[in-house]
Amino acid sequence: MAWQWFHRLGSPRWFYERTGVWLPWLALASLVLLTVGSVWGLGFAPQDAKQGNSYRIIYIHVPAAFLALAGYYIMAISGAIGLIWKMKLSFAVMRAAAPIGAVLTFVALFTGAIWGKPTWGTYWVWDARITSMLILLFLYIGVIALARAFSREQVADKACALLALVGTVNIPIIYKSVDWWFTLHQPATIKLTQSSSIDPSMFYPLLTMIVGFYCLYTWTLIAHTRTLVLQREWRTQWVQQELAEGNRGGD
Amino acid sequence: MPSVESLSGIAPAASRAAPGFGALLKVELLLVLRKRADIANPLLFFVTVLALLPLGVGPEPELLARVAPGIIWVMALLATLLSQESLFRSDFEDGTLEQVTLSPQPLYFAVLAKTAVHWLVTGLPLALLSPLLGLMLNLPAAGYLCLFASLLLGSASLSLIGAVGAALTVALRRPGLLLALIVMPLYVPVLIFGTGAVQAAIDGYAYSAQLAILAALLAAAAALAPLAAAGAIRISVDN
Repeated sequence: MAWQWFHRLGSPRWFYERTGVWLPWLALASLVLLTVGSVWGLGFAPQDAKQGNSYRIIYIHVPAAFLALAGYYIMAISGAIGLIWKMKLSFAVMRAAAPIGAVLTFVALFTGAIWGKPTWGTYWVWDARITSMLILLFLYIGVIALARAFSREQVADKACALLALVGTVNIPIIYKSVDWWFTLHQPATIKLTQSSSIDPSMFYPLLTMIVGFYCLYTWTLIAHTRTLVLQREWRTQWVQQELAEGNRGGD
Repeated sequence: MPSVESLSGIAPAASRAAPGFGALLKVELLLVLRKRADIANPLLFFVTVLALLPLGVGPEPELLARVAPGIIWVMALLATLLSQESLFRSDFEDGTLEQVTLSPQPLYFAVLAKTAVHWLVTGLPLALLSPLLGLMLNLPAAGYLCLFASLLLGSASLSLIGAVGAALTVALRRPGLLLALIVMPLYVPVLIFGTGAVQAAIDGYAYSAQLAILAALLAAAAALAPLAAAGAIRISVDN
C-alpha cells in the first residue's frame, strides 16, 4: 500500500485531475513571493558597499542559476524513472523540464552578462562558472534538439532520457574540469568579490526570491506537463471529456 | 593490403575473456580495411582544416605557436566526430545491428569492439599525424611528445563518448549536425585536459597529472560509455 501513490503517479489522468487543484495555489504563492521578494530586494535592501545598486541583479540571477542546475537533475531523474518503471507521465515531465531549464540557464547567463558590464567592464568573461553555465545550456539544447529529431514520441522519450542521464554523469566532471581550466588561465584583471557572508538584510529578500522561483518553476513545470499529457492522451475518453467540459466552460 | 591474419593471435584470447569480442573486432577491422576511403577522409579533413588556419589568422610563427595546441586538439575532436556518424550506420541499415542485439553475447562488448576499431583507424592515425601538423604550425619542441601522448589517450575517450551519440542518432536520416550538438558538450573535459597537458609541456611544467586524468577519463568512458551506447542501440533498433 505504501507504493500506491507511486503507481497512481503513472496514471496521466490522476496527475491531471490532482494537479489542476494545485495550480492556482502555486501561481498565487509564486506571485506573492516574487512580488514581495523583488520589491524588498530592489527597493528596500541596502546598497552594496563595493558594487552599489548593480548587485541587485542577484535577486533574479541567483535563483535562475539555482533552478537551471536543479532543473537538469529533475529532467534526468524523471527520465530515469521513465526508463526504469516505463512510466509515461515521467517522460512528459522530462520533456516539459527541458525547455524550462534551457530558458532559466539563458536567463542566468543573460543577467550575469548585464551585471558584468558595470562590475567587470565587459559583458562576457571566460570565468569558470559562466563557462559551465554555457555548457549546461548546450546540454539542454542537445536534449531538446534530439527530442525534435524523432517522429515517434516514445523513441524520442527514451533517447532523451538516456542523453540526459549521460549528461548527468558528465556534469560534475565538466564542472571540475572547467574549474581547473579557469585556474590555469586565470585572467589577471577580474576577481569575483568574495563575500563569504551575505548580510541578512540582503539575504532574506534573496531567500524569498529563491522560494518564489521554486514555486514558479513548479507551476510552469506542472502546467507544461499537463499540456503535454493532453496532447499525448488526446485519444482517450477522459481527455475528450475534459476538453468538452473546457469548451462548455468557455462559452 | 595490411593483413588481418596478424590479429588471429589475439582474437581467441580476447574471445575467451569476452565472448564475441575478438570475432567482432576481427570482422570490423576487415570491413574497415576494405573501405580505405573511410579511413583517409577524417585524416584529410584534419590536415586540410589545419592548413587553412594560417590563411585565416596570419602566418606569424609566434601566433601559430601560441594557438597550435588548442587548434590541433579541436580539429582532432572534429575529425573524430565527423567520422563517428557512420559508426553504426551501415550495420543499422542492413540489419546487422539488430542481429547483434539479439545475439546471446553482451551488447557492451560489441560496442566496445566497434569503438576500438574506430579508434584504431581514426584516433591512432590522428595522434601519429599530429607531430607533422605541430611542425607546420610551429609548435614548440617541448610539446611534441605530450601532444602525441595526450591525443593517443584523449581520442580513445572521444571515440567512446561519441559512440553514445552515434547510437542515439543512428535511426535518424541526417544525424550529422545533431550528433555534433549532443556530443560536443560531453567532449569538454577531454579537450580541457588534452590542451592543458600540451600547454604545460610547452611552458616547461610537468604534465603527467593531466595525462593521468586523461587516462582516468578513458577508464571511466570505457566502463560506462559502451553501456550507454548499448542502451541507445536497443532504443534505436526497437524504433
